[in-house]
Amino acid sequence: MNAEDLYQEIILDHYRAKHHSGLREPYACQVSHVNPTCGDEIELRVNLDGGVVADVSYLARGCSISQASASVMSDLVIGKTVEAAFGLSDEFTELMHSRGDLQPQWEDELEDAVAFIGVAKFPARVKCALLGWSAFKDAALQALESGTATATKGVPHAG
Amino acid sequence: MTAQSDALAAVRADFPILAREVNSEPLTYLDSANTSHKPRQVVDAVAEHYLRHNANVARAMHTLGAEATAAFEGAREKVARFVGAAQPAEIVFTKNASEALNLAAHTLGAGLRPGDEIVTTVMEHHSNIVPWQLLAERSGATLRWFDITADGRLDLEKARAENLINERTKIVTLAWVSNVLGTVNPTAEVAAAAHGVGATVVVDASQGVPHLPTDVAALGADLVAFTGHKMLGPTGIGVLWGRYDLLAALPPFLGGGEMIEVVRMAGSTYAPPPHRFEAGTPPIAQAVGLGAAVEYLEGVGIAAVAAHEHLLTEYALQRLHATAGVQILGPQTTQDRTGAISFTLAAGDLEIHPHDLMQLLDGRGIAVRGGHHCARPLHERLGIQASTRASVYLYNTRADIDRLADGLAYVRDFFGRRL
Ligand SMILES: Cc1ncc(COP(=O)(O)O)c(C=O)c1O
Repeated sequence: MNAEDLYQEIILDHYRAKHHSGLREPYACQVSHVNPTCGDEIELRVNLDGGVVADVSYLARGCSISQASASVMSDLVIGKTVEAAFGLSDEFTELMHSRGDLQPQWEDELEDAVAFIGVAKFPARVKCALLGWSAFKDAALQALESGTATATKGVPHAG
Repeated sequence: MTAQSDALAAVRADFPILAREVNSEPLTYLDSANTSHKPRQVVDAVAEHYLRHNANVARAMHTLGAEATAAFEGAREKVARFVGAAQPAEIVFTKNASEALNLAAHTLGAGLRPGDEIVTTVMEHHSNIVPWQLLAERSGATLRWFDITADGRLDLEKARAENLINERTKIVTLAWVSNVLGTVNPTAEVAAAAHGVGATVVVDASQGVPHLPTDVAALGADLVAFTGHKMLGPTGIGVLWGRYDLLAALPPFLGGGEMIEVVRMAGSTYAPPPHRFEAGTPPIAQAVGLGAAVEYLEGVGIAAVAAHEHLLTEYALQRLHATAGVQILGPQTTQDRTGAISFTLAAGDLEIHPHDLMQLLDGRGIAVRGGHHCARPLHERLGIQASTRASVYLYNTRADIDRLADGLAYVRDFFGRRL
């Protein structure tokens, strides 16, 4: 696979115009995660409403893969139940660790995230693609633990 | 062919990895500031040691033990000669530069108290920041920082204006050469100021010793750290040079075998330097490999290495300056600068992230480093998150620089068209 093929149109589209970028109120939990080897950073807020992901917003700095992945992730999880969102997160994580052998049954649910399949062939970049997803999972878990009620203040997390 | 390119071809022939293809392209390795490649002579020396002379050092009394000890101590002598140490006992073997700097921070820090000051610089590698932060936390001492000027040099004027080095200063530590900016710092001048107030001076020479003729006395420092894998040697071996009288006055760092004189249940006494600082079985084969690396560099001539890199750096700066979208960080000329060249790349007003750049260059067989290069405070100071670094060594060619410059134009246009 060429490095060029990594940069699918869908990925560059999301990189160019990130969805849900910019921190929003209200939120139940805020986390900040970094990729220590390269310095990519994300601050991410999650708001839950009952068992549903009511909102995800973030502020991220980093490469096109990490930025686009956060954008695709937020599109995918907003409006889903926490359980379904965690399911997607697990599937995406597995996909990234698959070294590039996509399991066909994932394609439909992962929608735009399927464009990241090429990343799995570049082990050094897998962490970039997972940064937003792991921040989301962490924030959602913390929000669940602290009760799903909306708060205006975040729980800072060292990441 | 000129005599110079014959010599360069001969050097390259000693590094079989340079003949490799990466992603179906000839390898263009421009990441030696990260780690250098190893010539066959170093690999052979390590193999020969394991295959013919392997034994533990010092404690094995048999013939092989004597051979291994002679090889290990012989490596110490070679390194001592290479950096102009007054005697081999001034060379302490560690695992890497990071361990050497931690050793320095632990032993020098034993007497620090709240109110004392440690001075470092904003251009340091994390290895020369974190050990001092930890020391400051342990001791209550304050960590203070040299800033940099707009062209990426130590801001000595600002330091003077701030009275940065003063009667409270106990330790001053700085890189000889910045791993990001390539800046060669005036260590002797800083050391003179530090010694004037009675402070001890530590120099991180990790990016200096591999590339420039080294005379530890001329650096002005009391302790100097460097790392084997960046100077053609194996991984797993680093060096702390220290003035003998200072080393002799420092407490031990790690405790264990070899570093003792007498161990009693009531307490122990410690071996003199360098063994006081080398607890446990040391990296023996790695030291032998480092000795072979030093011999290799002496064979080529470290002055010739520096001259070759100077020309390559000049050419690289010229090609990068001529590439639209490239912004070089740090010194813009070869004046007091080595061939570690960091830069950013933009397509129009769009910054191309170093990871994306690195990825497409890798696809063309070009190895560079993208990220903060273990110097996050420096990047923050420069107002950027990350940069891309190309770095040269004795085996690089003008053709390597051409492939880099052409590759940068290609990547700029690839993203420029799509974004
Ligand atoms: C300036 C500088 N100091 C310290 C180090 C740390 O070297 P090591 O990782 O071998 O301990 C490096 C290289 O990574 C460096 O460039």
